Amino acid sequence: MAANRFNGYTDYGIGIGLRAPHYQHILTRKPVVDWFEIISENFMIDGGRPLHILDQILEQYKVVQHGVSMYFGSAEKLNREHLRRLKELVKRTKTPWLTDHLCWGSVDGRYTHDLLPMPYTFEAARITAQKVREVRDFLEIPVAVENVSSYAEYHVSEMTEWEFLNEVVEGADCGILLDVNNIYVSSQNHNFDPFTYVNSVPAERVAQIHIAGHSKYRKYILDTHDHPVIDPVWKLYERAIHRAGHTATLLEWDDSIPTFQEVHEEALKANRFLRATALATAV
Amino acid sequence: MKLMELQRTMARAVMQPLTRTERMQRKSPAGGAMSAYASRFIKPNDRLTSFERLEIYNRQYWFRVLSGMIEDFPGLRVVLGERRFEEMAKAYLCDHPSRSFTLRNLGSRLEAWVHKHPGWAGAKQNLALDIVRLEWADVEAFDGKAEPALRPEDLSGTAGPSLRLKLQPYIQLLDLRYPVDDLLLEVRKGDEDTDFASNAFQERRKRKRVQAVAKLKPAEIYLVVHRVDYSVYFRRIDREEFLILGALRQGKPLGKAIEIAFRKSSIAPDKRASRVQEWFQNWAALGWFCRTEEKT
Repeated sequence: MAANRFNGYTDYGIGIGLRAPHYQHILTRKPVVDWFEIISENFMIDGGRPLHILDQILEQYKVVQHGVSMYFGSAEKLNREHLRRLKELVKRTKTPWLTDHLCWGSVDGRYTHDLLPMPYTFEAARITAQKVREVRDFLEIPVAVENVSSYAEYHVSEMTEWEFLNEVVEGADCGILLDVNNIYVSSQNHNFDPFTYVNSVPAERVAQIHIAGHSKYRKYILDTHDHPVIDPVWKLYERAIHRAGHTATLLEWDDSIPTFQEVHEEALKANRFLRATALATAV
Repeated sequence: MKLMELQRTMARAVMQPLTRTERMQRKSPAGGAMSAYASRFIKPNDRLTSFERLEIYNRQYWFRVLSGMIEDFPGLRVVLGERRFEEMAKAYLCDHPSRSFTLRNLGSRLEAWVHKHPGWAGAKQNLALDIVRLEWADVEAFDGKAEPALRPEDLSGTAGPSLRLKLQPYIQLLDLRYPVDDLLLEVRKGDEDTDFASNAFQERRKRKRVQAVAKLKPAEIYLVVHRVDYSVYFRRIDREEFLILGALRQGKPLGKAIEIAFRKSSIAPDKRASRVQEWFQNWAALGWFCRTEEKT
């Protein structure tokens, strides 16, 4: 089930986010890593060192693109310059699928550079699904949307977050990048059962899974990507894998970034769940 | 509330500046109480009010964009001082919020804005403008486009005064009133050193930077911000070099570019040919010229 039309029928294993502090290690030591996820916007440029590094990575590793500012959920039209540059990068990386967030972040051409939560309305789902379709048609590769962490809910919402996610992905006929850490963070911030969320996602649409750490404050949890993955998130991951099968999995670590080995070892912890699922499926 | 209206309402609040203590303002962008404004569209929960939930996004926005400004303009921060820089950056971002999908372009309009708002730098206005120009040129040179470098065979049969040479797009040419290249290198050295330094060391470093700014005297310089092996470097050049390169960038033929450069030159006429030859050798060795479209 994990190799599906939403991830280009690939069977990627466990990857990590490609981050600048690790460039030197990766290029000189050439560690064995299943794949790297890049932040598309960091490479949507005309030249220079970032693209030089990326080209060297592409010579040796599989790369998947992950975006942070397509803003499928913004009510305004898509940014054509963004799309043009993104398509150039897609040609360069040959990413089998592309992901970005189910959120908004720009209005009237002004960018917040944040992943702002969607109002869970039918109007928003329709607009968002339409934009996902436009992006996929323009880029000509599968697109998967990622559920975000959130700290606020709106009065206008007409459904739960997972119902909204389902509404969008069905409307767009796109994949899901299921971030189990984000589900956990939002469940704590909004008092819902994270397993209900994971169990409600259409498993056949899961193209990829994200795992990450977060920071707990007195009244809420922030999605900071600066800690190891905690056990409750691993349990959600286990459940997601049980439902979706052996799915491409990626650890995000974006702040207080430890050594490459530490990040990679943390990511590889996912193997115990993937192996157990594979075994269970075999018997 | 429709999607567009909700997003406009939230964005106005999120992009409204924080208070001096880095909290959300009590007054909303619409003029009333922010608590009422937030309650209109954000639900409270058992731990946080609508105001507090919105405040998380308001603070994240400002922390993110101010970090971007600090990262791109460390030199201007030293020139203005940390607090004044932060206040200026807030004012700039209120006038020019990001209109790009990438934070890389956040400072693209800062030079023009500082020019229009001299009050922020006061007596240091020219210094501030120079450092902004240098820091933005650094951003542009870092990831600007590189075309295939010009090879000797590309010039066969085309040499002479009518030759048009194309500069690499990533090359930035600056004429500055202060030697801000030295200042910026000093600031960056300090930033590298302070990664593992004690508080006392950092304080000494900070004082040294302030002194460096205070001591900086006007001195006209011409600078090329360029790349070697994907790293950005600053290279001081002569006025005549600057004028030739500037004219070539404008598409002027070589003969005209050289004529412009030497109009008010103090270089003795008998030395000019050898100087031009030397400059071109250096520029070619640094890969500053690229093939013209007809040749590629």
